Amino acid sequence: MEAFGLLLHGFAVLLTWKTLLLMMVGLVLGIFVGVLPGLGGPNGVAILLPLTFTMDPTSAIVMLSCIYWGALFGGAITSILFNIPGEAWSVATTFDGYPMAQQGRAAEALTAAFTSSFIGSLVAVLLITFLAPMISSFALKFGPPEFFAVYLLTFCSFVGLGREAKHKTVISMSLGLLLAGVGMDTVSGQLRMTFGSAELLRGINFLVAVIGLFGISEILLTMEERLALRGHAAGISLRVVLSVWKDLPKYWVTLLRSSVIGCWLGITPGGAIAASFMGYNLAKRFSKDQESFGKGRIEGVFAPETAAHASGTSALLPMLALGIPGSGTAAILLGGLMVWGLNPGPLLFVEHKDFVWGLIASMYLGNVVGLVLVLTTVPIFASILRVPFAAVAPMIVVSCAIGAYAIQNAMFDIWLMLGFGVVGYVFKKIAIPLAPFTLALVLGSRAEDAFRLSMIGSGGDMKVFWSNGLVGTITTLAIVLLFWPVIDRAFAGVARLLRPASA
Amino acid sequence: MSNTELEIVVDDPTAPEENSPAVVSTGVVDVVVSLLLLALALVLGWDNWRTGASWDSTGPQPGYFPFYLSVILGAASLYGLGTAFVSRREAAETFVTRAQFRRVMAVFVPTFLFCLATQYLGLYVASFLLIAGFMRLVGKIALWKSLLTAFIFTAAMFVTFDIAFDVIMPKGPLEAAFGY
Repeated sequence: MEAFGLLLHGFAVLLTWKTLLLMMVGLVLGIFVGVLPGLGGPNGVAILLPLTFTMDPTSAIVMLSCIYWGALFGGAITSILFNIPGEAWSVATTFDGYPMAQQGRAAEALTAAFTSSFIGSLVAVLLITFLAPMISSFALKFGPPEFFAVYLLTFCSFVGLGREAKHKTVISMSLGLLLAGVGMDTVSGQLRMTFGSAELLRGINFLVAVIGLFGISEILLTMEERLALRGHAAGISLRVVLSVWKDLPKYWVTLLRSSVIGCWLGITPGGAIAASFMGYNLAKRFSKDQESFGKGRIEGVFAPETAAHASGTSALLPMLALGIPGSGTAAILLGGLMVWGLNPGPLLFVEHKDFVWGLIASMYLGNVVGLVLVLTTVPIFASILRVPFAAVAPMIVVSCAIGAYAIQNAMFDIWLMLGFGVVGYVFKKIAIPLAPFTLALVLGSRAEDAFRLSMIGSGGDMKVFWSNGLVGTITTLAIVLLFWPVIDRAFAGVARLLRPASA
Repeated sequence: MSNTELEIVVDDPTAPEENSPAVVSTGVVDVVVSLLLLALALVLGWDNWRTGASWDSTGPQPGYFPFYLSVILGAASLYGLGTAFVSRREAAETFVTRAQFRRVMAVFVPTFLFCLATQYLGLYVASFLLIAGFMRLVGKIALWKSLLTAFIFTAAMFVTFDIAFDVIMPKGPLEAAFGY
């Protein structure tokens, strides 16, 4: 129970007025960002990151993770009240949430959404509390070959398990890895891919790219849509909240199932989007009354919300324990860690105990505070949508520019951000996924260092990736995952050949 | 419950029309992007080859890792080029309609001008101009509202970043006149 003692210590770190205030500010900003069209979790975190540059790392991460929780909560408000999913993972919430709102049960649906988000995150945080220290102490034994194998596994699983066209995932990933290599080579000190430009010497900053890819491009995409909306913002009374909570134990199977799905897909790079749909579909399939789904059934809100939040939260587990982010937002938080001078990875648990346990404790607190906050302030936030987009859009652009400039104090980065905005817009429209790009850009140099260090250690022998049981298993698994679609099809083919014989 | 309920209705009078003709199809954009990526892969691959993409006594040379990535990128974009030519069905889909394109440009052009203005006038002046101009010209919001919103937002940003959090933004002649 060492984890428990450390967690209590983490709470002690947090319980100062300053931290609690930052937490509230973060949550409010996050809900704001989640409700506004054209912004969401990763964009919000990326844009607001510069605010935290001058804070100490613990306050900074508390505020950022609260922005993230807030954005997750905020997405549910627009999906239920206006049938506008603020995020791809709240699409499944609209299936039953919006019909409920139309039937005048908006308060019930919102309570269900917030409560299940809370439960989903809580399960994931519990998992992080007890699993992350174990994984990180195990990972302390890793050498460069093991780390490279883990990075390889991450990249390969994106290609093999992603739903997008394979070559597009590969394009996105190799582009990210290439851009990560621009600038001064960390091992030899030589310049690479700078073409004599002094601006490129610094390299392409990950956060600048993210702000452009997610912030600017999202505004361009939002403008294409019809921005009209109509809905009712309902206040939530205590009576409704209690009646939903009273019924909660009836749905424990749904909640548990969605939490497990969410945690699993969050740790592996399946993501919150897949988790929410899977949670919804499984709840529907196992239900006795399948017809009533999609017509305003409360289970149809519980299932996807729990799964999405369990997944969003557990994506932080590999980031903390191994330094490998499980989602786009986790990747941005990881970028933040590096800005604050912390080296993500297993050593974090040894060298920065205060920071790690402060973060984990803030997940618990942030969720409780967030739940109370959203339940009480829904009408206020819903009316934010009345603010015309013509006023919001330029403000988002300015915030993006401030964010991009502040990272390295470079005007060039503002232009770079604009360029990435166009790239993000085009990529999204021709279905080149951006998540692998983000991940590759943030992990690129470390993956390369691990590769070169293991090559130097082994004298250039590729067999080092199969030199012991551990690294061999991970590398083999990575290759299996890379070719998973082919293998899967082969298995299906064999099964089809065998079936007529057995029947 | 009904006494706390409020209805929210937002209209979008300048929404892009549904039946607007396509500017360009997804297939064409797919091909163009694949070609650009292929060109990028060639340029980067060549640069890394020049840096040294083989092995020496201490292990891989600096260009080794990125060189092979350029090869992968090139191969994937070639494959993309191939599939874009083969699949005619997807190719006919609309990438962007004319009405949509007009709206996208209505954001992109001001954003571009804003970046340009930031370079010469500093971020805060540029931000005031962008917000006021965008609200007035694109959003057709009353002039006094636009100016007031722009001023309040810009001032809030200045206080938050330059004064409270010590995050220094690019400045121009106006700030210099006030001694910042």
